[in-house]
Parts: sequence; C-alpha cells; structure tokens
Amino acid sequence: MTAALAFQNLTLGYDRHPAVHHLSGEISEGALLAIVGPNGAGKSTLLKGIVGLLSPLGGKISRNGFAAKDIAYLPQIAEIDRSFPISVYDLVAMGLWKRAGLLGGIGASDRGKISAAIEAVGLRGFEARAIGTLSGGQMQRALFARLLLQDAQLILLDEPFASLDAKTISDLLELVERWHGEKRTVIAVLHDFDLVKRHFPEALLLAREPVAWGKTTDTLSAENLLKARRMSEAFDDAAGICEDAA
Amino acid sequence: MFYDTLIAPFAEFDFMRRALAGVIILSLSAAPIGIFLMLRRMSLAGDVMAHAILPGAALGFLVAGLDLFAMTVGGIVAGIAVAVLAGLVARFTELKEDAALAAFYLVSLALGVTLISLKGSNVDLFRVLFGSVLALDNPTLIVIASFTTFSLFALAFIWRPLVLECVDPGFLRSVSGAGTAVHLLFLTLVVLNLVAAFHALGTLLAVGMMMLPAASARFWTQDVTRMAAISILIGMVSGVGGLLVSYHANLPTGPAVILAAGSIYALSVVLGPVGGLRKRLSPGRHLEA
Repeated sequence: MTAALAFQNLTLGYDRHPAVHHLSGEISEGALLAIVGPNGAGKSTLLKGIVGLLSPLGGKISRNGFAAKDIAYLPQIAEIDRSFPISVYDLVAMGLWKRAGLLGGIGASDRGKISAAIEAVGLRGFEARAIGTLSGGQMQRALFARLLLQDAQLILLDEPFASLDAKTISDLLELVERWHGEKRTVIAVLHDFDLVKRHFPEALLLAREPVAWGKTTDTLSAENLLKARRMSEAFDDAAGICEDAA
Repeated sequence: MFYDTLIAPFAEFDFMRRALAGVIILSLSAAPIGIFLMLRRMSLAGDVMAHAILPGAALGFLVAGLDLFAMTVGGIVAGIAVAVLAGLVARFTELKEDAALAAFYLVSLALGVTLISLKGSNVDLFRVLFGSVLALDNPTLIVIASFTTFSLFALAFIWRPLVLECVDPGFLRSVSGAGTAVHLLFLTLVVLNLVAAFHALGTLLAVGMMMLPAASARFWTQDVTRMAAISILIGMVSGVGGLLVSYHANLPTGPAVILAAGSIYALSVVLGPVGGLRKRLSPGRHLEA
C-alpha cells in the first residue's frame, strides 16, 4: 500500500519552540488514524502542519500525490465565529470553494449536492437558520456536511467530537466510517480512548515526541499512556537549542 | 404639501441635487463595507482610519490649497499608511490593537488640524473637519462615484473569501492562500470610501456613513447579504432625510445627515427584530417545545 503522507524527522512549532518534535513515519493511503495525547502534545499542530498552515521548523512532510485541494480540514469549533450572520446552507456551501472559487456559479446540480449533504447529516429543515441559533451538536453536523461537499481524499478532523452527545457522535462516526469505506484517508485528533479503540484501527500517541504509533491496541497500552503523561512537561521558556541530529 | 416638502428642494436647487447624488452614491459602497468592518469587530479601526486621512489631506492642502486631487491622494496615502502601521504596532509590540489605534487617532487629528492651520483659515478647518455636502462640485462627485464603482466591483470579487475569513479563517487558510491579499484589498476599500466620504462629510463625520447604517442593519436580519442591502437602504434614507431636514430647518447639512442615520440607529436598537430592546423587554410567551 502506498503512503499518503510521510514525515521525516519533522519538527513543528511556534516561535522556535517545538510542539511536535522529531516525528518520523508514514500514513498509508486509506488509513483511519487517531492522534491522541495530553493537552499541549502537538496534536493540532501536527494537523496544521499537514494542511500547510504551519511550515516545519525542521525535517519535512511529504504529501505524496495530495495537492492542497485534496485535503479537507476541520478546525476546532472554537475557531469559528458563530455570531456571524450566515445561514446553515451558506456555511455548508463553502465546501464547494475549490470548484466554485471566487466567482464560479453554484448551479442546480451543486444545489442538489448541498441539499444532499445537509440531509446526510440530519439537518434538513435547518437550511435557512442562522448558525448562531444552532446547538453545539448541530453546528458540528453542519461542518461535517461541509466536509462531505469538499469530497477530499485526505480528511483531517481536529477534536471533531468534543462535547457532543452520544447520538451526534454515533451519527458523525458513521460518516467517518463511510469515508474509510470509500478508501479516503482520515486522521482525527481525539481524547476519548474508548471511542478510539472501538473505531480507529491505528493510533499515534503524541507527547510532543511520538510515544507510540501503530495498531491502536498496542499504542494505547497503560505503559505508553504513563510515559506520555510524564513527557508532557510545561513549555520551557529557557529551553536551549536542540542539538539532536537534524 | 408633499411636493413642497420632499421634491421641491431638489427640483429647485442645483446644490441640493448634487448633495443628493453624493449621499446616495456614498451609501452604495460605504454601508456594505461598514457591515464587514462591524462583523470583523473593526468599527474602531474604521474610525481611526477616518482620522488618519486628515494629516494626509492637510499635506495636500499645504501644497496645493483646496485642491481635489492633492487632498484625495494625500488622504489615501495617509489612510493606508496608518492602517498598515497600526497593524504592525499591534502585531510586533506588546501594545494591544485598540490602544495602538487610539494613539494613532489622537496624533492624526492633532497633526491634521495643525497642518491646516499653518496655511488655512478657520473656514478651511471647519470644512475639512465637518465637510461640505452642499458644495460638492462635478469633479468631486466624479471622484466619489469612481471610488464607489471600483469598490462595488472589488467587493463582489472578494465577497466569498471576505465572508469566509470572518466566519472561519482556519478553513479559508486551508483552502486558499488569498486571505492576506483579501484583507489588504478590503482595508484599501475602507480607505477609498472614507476619502470619498471625507469630501462630503469631513474627517470627523465620514465614518458615520459607514458605521451607523451597518450597526442599524445588524438589528434587522441574520443574513449578511440582506444586511448589506438593508444598510445601503438605511444610508440612502438617512442621506435624503438629513438633506431635507437641514434644508427646511436650516441646520448644518453634514451633521443633519449623520443625525438622521443616528435616529434610524436608535429606532433599530429599540424595534429591531434581531436582538432589539423591544424583543428583549417583552419577548412574548415562550413557544411550544
């Protein structure tokens, strides 16, 4: 199986402080991978690096064959301005950006796709509602509808199930599994170990440095989790320059 | 009666017709741009840029007197410079953006007034501070109309990424690298419209045609496109209303236009169906679940 993504001694961070430190490895095409780890372990940073929002401080990410337009990225919900006056329909329609761009028209077949995506996440009847009136779960459903429209081969989800109820999580997981069935590569940052064990065959345990990466059951062993917790020390202002071979 | 009150002032006087054209054209682009300033929480930044235009226009005035071209170019250059500088100060120093903006605003106003006073009279000063809607000549109207035309095309062009950048900047960055360019073009549009409004309303009131219709429209709809349309309408009604009130009651015109916009704002705060006071004070009995 070919690698969808490869990291070579990758270091990502902010202001020279590494948040992801010396990560090497490959993610194969069609993988369903969970990234887990303590807060501040660099999970979101790694996704930003893959999307290209953040340039590596060292090492390299190879996106074998994936153009930027093949990647769909769901940021943490906190980054969205939910007071902005825009309808659910228009929010979902943003998923067509890559095809419609600045000025491209949204034709009848596109409108059909938008409606189908809204229907698929169970938000029919909410099309005209302003996003500010949605509950947390409904908002996340709308964002998944947007992901459906993006129709990407590589899908990155940053804490997609944070503070959602069981029904919403299971509905959205169905979509994730559908993507997996369609041989798309899905990478999700998650905190719920039980959920990861049940639905994600592969996991990467990150504590700035990779602690374990492989089959979920092996990765999430008690020993590894303890190690991850010990490694997640605070951001060190006085950190020296990393001498580890680049 | 109807004719005498509403039509006659414009039918009889050339300067009233020019003023009418001026406020209507200004509303077309200034109001929707104000919507985006408001939604990006940049209302204060708009006010600062309006003041920043003054020293630039004043330099133009020092060089060439009350010359349309010199004051327009000076205003645009100074406005863009301050927009960029305030952004840099906020980004690269410990000072928060609002404090940086307040500093620029005060210095710009003081500097502009000083420069005008070097060569001009109090009449000139009054004119740059409060504008001269009733003295709009053809070249000035053409400048205003050109800026508006350009702004409308540019706004249509960047509408989608502009909305995206407000709602979900992370998503825009993941699908397109256009965010920064869009932001810069947007700031340029703000400056262009403020300079246009400056000719009619002066430096102190120019931002009024931008922010008051926008802030009013927020209370009437939850859709950004409709909000822009409503703000244009509110701007136009304020313009016409202000002109008529100033004509009949013999009040200064620029302030009358802004007061008209202010009255519509007050009405919107009280009566607006989206988050207005009336809704809050008597929401009605709750609905079925």
